Amino acid sequence: MMLELLTFGILAVIALASAVMVITRRNAVHSVIWLTVTLFAVGGIYLLQHAEFLFAVQIIIYVGGIMVLFLFVVMLVNIDVAVKQARFARQGLVAVVTAALLMAQLGYALYNHGRNLGLPIRPEIPEVSQNTQAVGMVLYQNYMLPVEIASILLLVAMVGAVIMAKRKFE
Amino acid sequence: MLESTGQFLLANPLLLALVKILIVFSVLAGIVAYLVYMERKVLAFMQARLGPMRVGPWGLLQPVADGLKLLLKEDIIPAGADGWVFLLSPAISVFAAFTVFAVVPFAGNFYVTDINIGLLFILAVSSLGIYGIILGGWSSNSHYPLLGALRSSAQLVSYEVAAGIALVGVLLISGSLSMVGIVESQQDMGVWNVFLQFPAFVIYLIAAVAETNRNPFDLPEAESELTAGFHTEYSGFRFALYFLAEYTNMVVVSCIAVTLFFGGWLRPFESVAALAFLKFAPIVASVGGAAFVLWLGLKSAVALERYFFVALAAGLVLVAILVGYPPVLNALQGIFWFSAKVLAFLYAFIWYRATFPRYRYDQLMNVGWRWLIPLALTNLIVTAVVVWWKGPHVWPLLAIDLAVMALVAYLLSLRAPATRAAPEKVTE
Repeated sequence: MMLELLTFGILAVIALASAVMVITRRNAVHSVIWLTVTLFAVGGIYLLQHAEFLFAVQIIIYVGGIMVLFLFVVMLVNIDVAVKQARFARQGLVAVVTAALLMAQLGYALYNHGRNLGLPIRPEIPEVSQNTQAVGMVLYQNYMLPVEIASILLLVAMVGAVIMAKRKFE
Repeated sequence: MLESTGQFLLANPLLLALVKILIVFSVLAGIVAYLVYMERKVLAFMQARLGPMRVGPWGLLQPVADGLKLLLKEDIIPAGADGWVFLLSPAISVFAAFTVFAVVPFAGNFYVTDINIGLLFILAVSSLGIYGIILGGWSSNSHYPLLGALRSSAQLVSYEVAAGIALVGVLLISGSLSMVGIVESQQDMGVWNVFLQFPAFVIYLIAAVAETNRNPFDLPEAESELTAGFHTEYSGFRFALYFLAEYTNMVVVSCIAVTLFFGGWLRPFESVAALAFLKFAPIVASVGGAAFVLWLGLKSAVALERYFFVALAAGLVLVAILVGYPPVLNALQGIFWFSAKVLAFLYAFIWYRATFPRYRYDQLMNVGWRWLIPLALTNLIVTAVVVWWKGPHVWPLLAIDLAVMALVAYLLSLRAPATRAAPEKVTE
């Protein structure tokens, strides 16, 4: 229990610190690297919750795919212009006030009702001992419709991206 | 004393894991060093020349000389290179390459750990190697490395998809993501996965060669194209780290292919009683090795080298006698067969390098996206349907799989080519 708390503390500090580094770096590639560190830390928190499948998939897809694409875009786009601009937009004060309000609201909600954060209805998982099998069972039995909708969404995004890229070469 | 050490280690599982990690790491570092030597020798023999011969008998100390040279070279950091990222990138590559060995089972009872998402873990950690390449190329602050890095990472990302989909076929048959579970399922079924999933094996092999930036997919580091690509600006030990990472990646993908498709540490034809004499293969291998060393060594002109090789052959004969002792023979079966299969794969990698011309970049992308991914998806669908219908048996799985793959490959070949054909004839 103590070790778990300690590990969670370390991962949470890493996640928060690297998130702050993401928005304060001048160099865009450095920001991307710090975002990768944040995603690693979040994956570690998933692992702490015994969600191994989610941890592995987070690394494969988020860190190994999406952040690589981020890096590609950042490296190929001319970022000199961006560096010369002011780092924070002009609505800085409004943003800080809004963020503080949101944090206060969330903090209040968590403080009063944080005990009831479990799922209201536990999905019927058959007797499986492993996280991957459990995720698979639940996804393809209880949540089949959202899976299909999500896959159609991804298909639309893919086809749209191909069409938009092709049009440039016409 | 040995028993008390064993019991002490078993009582502290963390310490046991640490000892295993140390063993695996040191053995691997040695293997990778001599893999470089083996590559130079094999390439040389295939090209009718001799390879490294000067440093030590038959060039056996060449890796030592190379390592020392790289360690003692001047450490050049290009002006304008991005400080921390430049220093960190080779480390990321090496980290990603070596971490995978935490889940590879070298024998039935020798693996660092066995997690129940072993296969996913391997896919995840292998995809981290891309960062070492991209960040290394970018942080060099020079256009050749940047281009090489971007090309290489695009290639890696593309072939990762095909490799992943091919491996899901294996997952369907074995029903488990854990590496030890997959080997045990092959043992239970009595047949290696390569016979059940041959098309997936071929796709995985091609994707693995592309993943490790090896010939014929090594355009990103071809000297004639990009002056060594992403590691152009790295010298001395940092370059050695990239080199180490690349050859370790080769060993990693060979280990994965062996574990998933060729039964890991299982002896060939374990279920056939008539072939039980294969159990004596380690003895035969040692004696054969001794004979080979004698044959090569006695040709040498220098007397000292001849004595060295006779001593080496005598040592190998001693090993053969030691291994012949039945408990040792049974204990060594797993690791021997695993190493033999991995060595065969590594030899194949070197063979490809000696044989095939390099793919042009657009051809490389063409093969990855327009051929391997559709074929891998076809294999997945066919496997899923047949396993659901008839169960995972060689017949009809392999037959239907091959037939459908051939049909799909033929249909794919009827498409218009992706790259533009030769320019139209200029009308005079």
